[in-house]
Amino acid sequence: MHPLQLSSFTLTTCLGRGLEATRSALQRRASGLARRQFDTTALDTCIGEVEGVDAVRLPPALAAWDCRNNRLAELGLAHDGFAEAVRAAAGRVGAERVGVFLGTSTSGILQTELAYRRRDPVSGALPADFDYGRTHNTYSVTGFVRARLALAGPAWTVSTACSSSAKVFGSAARMIDAGLIDAAVVGGVDSLCLTTLYGFNSLELLAREPCRPWDAARNGLSIGEAAAFALLEPLAASPAPDAVALYGVGESSDAHHMSSPHPEGLGARLAMQAALGAASLQPADIGYINLHGTATPSNDAAEDRAVVGLFGSATPCSSTKGATGHTLGAAGALEAMIAALALRHGFIPGGAHTATPDPALRAHYVLESREAKLRRVLSNSFGFGGTNCSLVLGRA
Amino acid sequence: MSRLAAAIEGVALLGPGLPGWAAARAVLTGAQPYAHAPTVVPVATLLPPNERRRAGLAVKIALAVGWGALTESARDASALETVFTSSSADGDTCHAICEQLAGSERLISPTRFHNSVHNAPSGYWSIATRCMAPSTSVCGYDASFGAGLLEACTLVHARGAPVLLIAYDAPYPEPLLSKRPVPDAFGVALLLSPQAGAGVLARLELTLIGDSPEPLADGDLESLRRSVPTARSLPLLSLLARGARGTAAIEYLDGLHIAATVAPCA
Repeated sequence: MHPLQLSSFTLTTCLGRGLEATRSALQRRASGLARRQFDTTALDTCIGEVEGVDAVRLPPALAAWDCRNNRLAELGLAHDGFAEAVRAAAGRVGAERVGVFLGTSTSGILQTELAYRRRDPVSGALPADFDYGRTHNTYSVTGFVRARLALAGPAWTVSTACSSSAKVFGSAARMIDAGLIDAAVVGGVDSLCLTTLYGFNSLELLAREPCRPWDAARNGLSIGEAAAFALLEPLAASPAPDAVALYGVGESSDAHHMSSPHPEGLGARLAMQAALGAASLQPADIGYINLHGTATPSNDAAEDRAVVGLFGSATPCSSTKGATGHTLGAAGALEAMIAALALRHGFIPGGAHTATPDPALRAHYVLESREAKLRRVLSNSFGFGGTNCSLVLGRA
Repeated sequence: MSRLAAAIEGVALLGPGLPGWAAARAVLTGAQPYAHAPTVVPVATLLPPNERRRAGLAVKIALAVGWGALTESARDASALETVFTSSSADGDTCHAICEQLAGSERLISPTRFHNSVHNAPSGYWSIATRCMAPSTSVCGYDASFGAGLLEACTLVHARGAPVLLIAYDAPYPEPLLSKRPVPDAFGVALLLSPQAGAGVLARLELTLIGDSPEPLADGDLESLRRSVPTARSLPLLSLLARGARGTAAIEYLDGLHIAATVAPCA
């Protein structure tokens, strides 16, 4: 594929708001996971909640889009000069030539969960103030961001569970390559809701303590929330010295099971191979792998087989989900932005909360954050339904 | 403005009063009047018996039209990349979860939870067809068909390989139905490939336009087009049914629509 530069990017998670807070937290190996309840939950788990989402107010003209997920999107757009960079790009190429492709798994479903508590006792009807299309619907977050940034180009949501916002990079690259647009806002926004908290609880996949990817004692995931965005444009002839670009996207399906990965990680390996192929790279060219690493016993084991099978045991790897929690549909974009930070600032984030790497896993798991000159990195995202996506990013 | 080209190798359609592509063609050409009848969704024979019984309407209609578009094709489903697009995937499952979460016993069934993801039909399809090729699932609310068509055609362009587009909608039960009044299930699948050759029904060329589409001449079909996101495909399907050269406008987002020019192959 033709490389695309990340002309601007930003991310907001439980680690903090914007690039600088996130970089600092990752280099300190900090974690934003905390034992607390969300809304009315009663679950014995830790969550990665973004501070201050409830206090965010959307612009009055867009008030109909108000829900936790779009508040998180609004918060995420407000940092690192991202909205200004998009406005400038739209000024150069035209608002109708900038696409918007965002990933989410549950969008604003919390709004519907709350509305179901306020049904009319006689008719069962949902309250009059509930706006399904602009809050709950899977497209809502993309529609909101498109309106918020005054863009007029093609747009859609990709919703493939936990690979959603990795796959949007592929959609944007293909639309740019076909000449239908000149630039794209990509990203992922997923926010805490009862469906995912109680859903993963039903699968007995929630860890009691903060999740510990790759640890011998790992026993499940911690759920987080995030907003991560990037502005993609064709790579400039003379990119800025600290420029980061997308070099490859690889996708595959497990064709195995709805909620468990292929035990040998076959689908994951196909996706990583395809991403390397798209970037015209060999495994040895990759200096760091940001693992999907959810910290469930079977997910990490399958991913380890896939990684070691393709890269051997020397390539440094870590999962940042011990720091941010698993942000589900936002994880792909969030971890692509973490990869971009690692490239720009020359470091490998150590896996927070992991103490004793599982001796049965053979990938080179990095525990402590350290400096590293990186040229090309890979980021993995896998999801329910057996959907896999790997991205290759690099210094331009 | 750039043009995006693809060839159409297969079509499938299931909707209210439109029981399959062969039967629907007469209605879409105007040879027969539209007669309303509930959508008939066949059993998901692609799935193993256990899952067949449990499959919801969304999975059933997606799999039925997907398989339908392949019946007259020599394409191997196990190697075929797919694009699924829907406004809301499995509405029954979503309702059941929200109802459960509003009560005091918040026990969700694990199966129900994994069936609640937007890409559940894609997961069932890839398992049933043993297909490890990529698959994506997109959503554009009312613009879902246009979103899926663009995603599928840009994939054909990027990969130089065939892609199966599966667009479907399944209505929510009450109380969500009143907030999102999609009246019945509707599914359309298009088997798209890079170039015109043997087995190609028509060549397709897409451009983005600003003008809003004209209403369909048939009032019943127009009301269907306006009430079901996937039925925004009807202007394109009508052209294909007539076997005529022409351009159909597909309603997409506010102020941005898709002109689909069709040239039939003999």
